[in-house]
Amino acid sequence: MSAEGAIVAGSLNIVLGLAVLMAAAALLTWIERRLLGVWQDRPGPNRAGPFGVLQVVADGIKLLFKQDWIPPFADPVVFVLAPAIAMVTVMLAVAVVPATPAIGIIADLNIGLLFFLAMSGLGVYSVVLAGWASNNKFSLLGGMRAAAQMVSYEVFMGLSVVGVVMLAGSFNLLEIVRGQQHMWYVVPQFLGFVVFFIGGIAETHRLPFDLPEGENELGAGFHTEYSGMKFGMFFLGEYIGIIVVSAMTTVLFLGGWYGPVLPPVLWFGIKTGFLVAFFILLRAALPRPRYDQFMSFGWKLMLPLTLLNILATGAVMLAATSI
Amino acid sequence: MNLTFDLSAIIAVVATVMMLTRASAVHALLYLTVSLLAVSLVFFVLGAPFAAALEVIIYAGAIMVLFVFVIMMLNIGEAAAAQERIWLQPSTWIGPSTLALLLAIELGAVAVNGGIARPAGVVVSARQVGLGLVGPYMLAVEIASFLLLAGLVASFHLGRSIMRAE
Amino acid sequence: MLSVLVTLWGTFLHLFQRNVTVAYPEEMPYLAPRYRGRIVLTRDPDGEERCVSCYLCAVACPVDCISLQKAEIEGRWYPEFFRINFSRCIFCGFCEEACPTYAIQLTPDFEMSEYDRRNLVYEKEDLLISGTGKYPDYNFYRVSGAAIPGKDKGEAERERKPIDTRSLLP
Ligand code: SF4
Ligand code: SF4
Repeated sequence: MSAEGAIVAGSLNIVLGLAVLMAAAALLTWIERRLLGVWQDRPGPNRAGPFGVLQVVADGIKLLFKQDWIPPFADPVVFVLAPAIAMVTVMLAVAVVPATPAIGIIADLNIGLLFFLAMSGLGVYSVVLAGWASNNKFSLLGGMRAAAQMVSYEVFMGLSVVGVVMLAGSFNLLEIVRGQQHMWYVVPQFLGFVVFFIGGIAETHRLPFDLPEGENELGAGFHTEYSGMKFGMFFLGEYIGIIVVSAMTTVLFLGGWYGPVLPPVLWFGIKTGFLVAFFILLRAALPRPRYDQFMSFGWKLMLPLTLLNILATGAVMLAATSI
Repeated sequence: MNLTFDLSAIIAVVATVMMLTRASAVHALLYLTVSLLAVSLVFFVLGAPFAAALEVIIYAGAIMVLFVFVIMMLNIGEAAAAQERIWLQPSTWIGPSTLALLLAIELGAVAVNGGIARPAGVVVSARQVGLGLVGPYMLAVEIASFLLLAGLVASFHLGRSIMRAE
Repeated sequence: MLSVLVTLWGTFLHLFQRNVTVAYPEEMPYLAPRYRGRIVLTRDPDGEERCVSCYLCAVACPVDCISLQKAEIEGRWYPEFFRINFSRCIFCGFCEEACPTYAIQLTPDFEMSEYDRRNLVYEKEDLLISGTGKYPDYNFYRVSGAAIPGKDKGEAERERKPIDTRSLLP
């Protein structure tokens, strides 16, 4: 392929990827509400358009036309910056996710996995800065909770994938998926899978780990003061985050695009969709833990588990090579 | 590649200067984060993607967040910012800046004379980094791990005594 | 940990259960006859007003939203005006419990939204219905001892003739 061709193909990939992502995230707000309805024995939004799918459009219009307010007591620059960080970091994280060898992956980095972890690490800033810039006690509390929660769970998330990296021998996500042609890593790395997924929930601060928001005790926490499209960016960022974490789990543990009969991209979509639905099921089923329980759960249970996982994986691999 | 390198290097320097001159602590930290990100990009361009990723994950993603966390907890208000502004008088910063300027001139002279290696295009992979860490740099890694272990034990001890006092 | 999984599974099983809600304006939900909705004043089987203006409902009302004024025609008490402010009513049903004559009753109708708050103040002519409500046979004046035209003392159902206490005859 010529250089121009590569550039055109790359830009097409980016534009297409972003369009699909935004549409999927917007649609996900509706899917989530319908699924929650199903699990709570009620229909959910079903008025606007067929099956209520135009609710997405209605919500978008509402968010766009709401007053875009910056509180006079807030720090204006940081206040505006925070939602932008939320969006940008998750969208950058998408860049390395391979749906198939050709589709979806925009940057074939040889440190793709680390790039994903780095972006989710930077995502903390959005929440922390939003909490600080709002200059409001509850927002600040939410921001501080977010900082502690996300930094801690990042540790487990990072450690949980070490087993996968050891098995695949690479940080390159394409290589990692190719390593799962015969057996998904969820089998040998079940612990890693569980910890990674729980860490992913904590990173996207989704229910049941939405302690930074905590409606009942913090009144929406870090985004109490946000309205209009700035709130919409947090909102959309959260949903893109769900998609990204699900897609990453698929890539790392569930064999990416591999699967019989159906085309690869469909397999990827099915697996990711399944995990997204599981995210929503968690929200429907589980109450929010108390904050100290949540932190000690992380440091006293998840951390030893991941370390054990790494140790066991290393031991098994050593034994396998020495035989 | 050279353009990316130069751009991110300039951003790193400018962000650092801005960080030094901010009155508000959080703004300063934000500039520091930007500077770190720029430095990580420099690493990337120089062919060390692993180091670049670690820079973002550990420095920007964890340590800086902890700094922000602490500053948020201390809740430094307008008074502290005013104090900072007083400290930013020329009499305070003229000395260090002249010295830094001298260094900058030196650096510029070296650069003009072609003494600086441009980005090499050799990529240091994660495998090489790992082999280096457990090979030639074993001692350094061990010392660092001792230090960290000591820190861990100490912080655990401190935390425990506070818990018992409650 | 196990309880979490059990909860998840239990919630998942709701996928196969029928909705408990209905698409309301198109499909009306079933409301029991004892549902506590819009309040009515009923009439007895003879078509007379049941309310005897005893004020018990107004006293029982926790938010004080009932106001009425007693009037009297030939021994029959009735409210001159009877007003319920539904913007304050909490549909607790205490008034119905307190009423000795089954006059005030709550009905299974809740569709009473208004754009103007003042329209929620219902007067007697809005409240009074021409039926007997939930108690079709009950007629207060037929069981009470009060004398009204056409029914003197002692003529009510299961009531003895009044005893002349001044007479010493057994
Ligand atoms: S239902 Fe309760 S609040 Fe309403 S009028 Fe009767 S007593 Fe008052
Ligand atoms: S409605 Fe019933 S309780 Fe109220 S004044 Fe009339 S008779 Fe008495």
